[in-house]
Amino acid sequence: MKFLALLLCLPFLVLQTIVSAAPTPPPEVLAAEEARVAVIERASAASVSILEASGQSGGSGVLITPDGFALTNFHVVAPCGVAMKCGLNDGQLYDAVIVGVDPVGDVALIQLLGRNDFPVAQLGDSDLVQVGDWVFTAGNPFLLADDFSPSISYGMISGVHRYQYPAGTLLEYADCLQTDAAVNPGNSGGALFDAEGQLIGINGRCSFEKRGRVNVGVGYAISINQIKRFVSHLKSGRIVDHASLGFTVTTEEIGRVVVDDILDTSDAYRRGLRYDDQILRFAGREIRTANALKTALGTYPRDWTVPLAYRRDGKTYSIRLRLPGLHDPAQLVDMIQQQAEEPSEPPEGSPPQPENEQEDQPLPDIRDLIPETAELPSAVQSRYEEVRGYANYWYNRQRQEQLWQSYISKNALNQMGTNWLIAGSLADDEQFEIRLDGELGEIRMPMGQSGAVFSGDLETQLSPPGSGGLLLALHLWQRIIDRGLSKFGEVYYLGQLPEGPEGELLDCMVGIYGGVEIRFLFLPEVGDLVGIELFSADDMDPCAIRFANFQEISGRRLPTRWQVRHQEKTFAEMQIETWQDGDNSSTKSGATN
Amino acid sequence: MTTMPQATWSAEAKLTEVIRSAQTKIVKIFGAGGLRQLEAHQTGILISPSGHVLTALSYVLDTDDLAVVLDDGRSFLPEYLGSDPVLELALLRIPIEDENLPYFDLQTNTSARVGDRILALSNLYSIATGDEPVSVLQGTITAIAPLEARRGAFTTANREEVYVVDAYANNPGAAGGALIDWQGNLLGVLGKEVKSRVTGTWLNYALPTVSFAGSVNKLLAGHETPRKPPSQLPEQSLTAELLGMRLVPDVLPLTPPYIDSIRRASPAERAGLRADDLIVFVSDRQITSCRALYEALKYHDVREEIEVSVLRDGELVEVTLQANDENAEN
Repeated sequence: MKFLALLLCLPFLVLQTIVSAAPTPPPEVLAAEEARVAVIERASAASVSILEASGQSGGSGVLITPDGFALTNFHVVAPCGVAMKCGLNDGQLYDAVIVGVDPVGDVALIQLLGRNDFPVAQLGDSDLVQVGDWVFTAGNPFLLADDFSPSISYGMISGVHRYQYPAGTLLEYADCLQTDAAVNPGNSGGALFDAEGQLIGINGRCSFEKRGRVNVGVGYAISINQIKRFVSHLKSGRIVDHASLGFTVTTEEIGRVVVDDILDTSDAYRRGLRYDDQILRFAGREIRTANALKTALGTYPRDWTVPLAYRRDGKTYSIRLRLPGLHDPAQLVDMIQQQAEEPSEPPEGSPPQPENEQEDQPLPDIRDLIPETAELPSAVQSRYEEVRGYANYWYNRQRQEQLWQSYISKNALNQMGTNWLIAGSLADDEQFEIRLDGELGEIRMPMGQSGAVFSGDLETQLSPPGSGGLLLALHLWQRIIDRGLSKFGEVYYLGQLPEGPEGELLDCMVGIYGGVEIRFLFLPEVGDLVGIELFSADDMDPCAIRFANFQEISGRRLPTRWQVRHQEKTFAEMQIETWQDGDNSSTKSGATN
Repeated sequence: MTTMPQATWSAEAKLTEVIRSAQTKIVKIFGAGGLRQLEAHQTGILISPSGHVLTALSYVLDTDDLAVVLDDGRSFLPEYLGSDPVLELALLRIPIEDENLPYFDLQTNTSARVGDRILALSNLYSIATGDEPVSVLQGTITAIAPLEARRGAFTTANREEVYVVDAYANNPGAAGGALIDWQGNLLGVLGKEVKSRVTGTWLNYALPTVSFAGSVNKLLAGHETPRKPPSQLPEQSLTAELLGMRLVPDVLPLTPPYIDSIRRASPAERAGLRADDLIVFVSDRQITSCRALYEALKYHDVREEIEVSVLRDGELVEVTLQANDENAEN
């Protein structure tokens, strides 16, 4: 009887213990927990587990578009080659193909295939991230997940605007985020989310030193704002380069950074920057140390234009700099090949090594792990085209064709020929006339008449004087309209670049012919050709034409306002009144305003 | 956007402010080292408005080229004021005048309990340079226990209770950093890199403020009343040789005064001194280097009885010895 009484007591005791040990948390705590669970659920769905085709190595990634574009690290995809397998937390394995790589920034873009409704991460603003913010990582550390559901690790932002030196000139982490949320081998390429689930960075690096290759509270993520500038370039299928300055600086004292060397062929020099000038701001950031300039610079792609403020003799100057590349393109391709052959890191997901292993000790050769060029899955095969200098030329061709077909058809530019006669008025109501016939160009303006011959060395045919090559630019525009992409010369899609004082992003397609480079600038989404830039040489300012007021002229849709600029000065403001092209011999009147 | 309770947001906004304010009280220290696994950098905290810096006593300080870099990026060559050899803490001062630097006040002793949330601020891995703020890691106090640690094969001297934390607080370069609570109060100073004697794993810990505040305040006070050197040297000064002990070769500005060997039947041997003892005090005067010992002995007469304190296996051993009792026998 006593025994029974005891038994009866037990549930009561247990119940009482539970109640006293775990009182119901306040509703706001439960609500916060629920919100956090929801955030992590959404973030997990967009997280990708990337595996090299043989499954021997891999890393992580994160989806950013419903049609499957995903971000990861260059060093994750480098051992994979063209194709990889990607697992999502729905348990499915998808084929994926390499799209573009940024070996300097350690970023790569891949595309998962087979769906148009992939779950995606929302991109945040990494410039708003502060030390002390709560964040979490999502990825596949040590390739633990058999079902591809990511591991989540919560932590704090330990530092912002961090700079981590590159290995050689590749894999530089400039302006990165530092976190104590766990980043381990296998997390590389995976997402760093803020507490609301906004994607703020791509994890890729850790400080380990004598503690072996496991997390010791110091992980680094490439900031998403840097990656945003590169995404359109990565979508071009190219091997993307970072920017350099054309000058070097030194910190004379904290708060005083001065130019200690400058190339007289650089854009910076042409804009007036000289030895000993003090750099005040770069791309909107105050520059107090040389390191701060390096940190800010490292987040920009080659060819980007940024504002720069400097001081000389107590006077402040503001200029806009077009940033040159860090590498010669051929050199970059070679370096990537070397990188692939001599990896600086062991394969992701390999087990942590004993404590006495040093980061800079020779690491195991992973060439053995790279499979012989295996048969590509058919889905990948149809989206891959090998061309030297490109990660995947197929994507470049796609972008070129999309831009061009929409441009030609929307504006009815087919069969415009190469006989153009364009006339109109200048800003002061004076008249001008331009004649092009495919071989010669001629312009008549109040200040005189000049011509250009479009054969031989094109870079010498830069008339009218002071324009930087207006006639040649128009000739090359004619040529590409007339011949199309395939017969123009070399053509590639570059990505989006900021133009004008507002830094408006425009799609840039590059044509190279006869020793000169011409850039066609299109308004994204709309597809209008709003600008042409002719570069006759690397160390020369371009002839830049901006087009506006598109109007119908004999069935075609053509720009009737041209602004021609060279060397930061307006060469001419042109109002087009008549425009005859090859198929029409009679002058047709432009639309009335 | 998720809907988080308002209270959480304001609390977080405050945390970033607490961190930013604490970062301004931390300094980056660059000095000797740079060889493999001997980082040439560590961390320190400002403990007075007039530029007193508390940091770890280590080889990093063993250079005439020491640089203390403030949060705003200014760099100073500090003066070395003294050290606590048991806790392995050193006191420096940077030459600034007419300035009110932000600092941690050691008089306000804040302590923490197991389970309290903490932040560890330091320049681990020397990630920050110039005017870049130091790193912050977060975690919880997991234990308060005596330090049972080793450095290489040697047991560390400090056996005081320390805060053990679950943040990776004690990475290379973190020593001398701050452990603070979420209100920004100083709980302790991050210790040097050591491993557990039991498990061999790296320990993440901090010396509680209460364990060093007294000793450091004494150092602070000791310096502020300038030490008056005796007006004249004795007729015949005491030397280490006369006491029968030889120190390790004096190769650095601050070579730790370890006894290298003891002469047989010398006063030192009779007093019980041994090779590998580290001399820390001579007649109540703190000794931090071989040079300081030679200098201190000069002011003692050869016939004087002196008290010497040494550190041996983590214990402080005090002995009394006199040189001329040996001389008398000769």
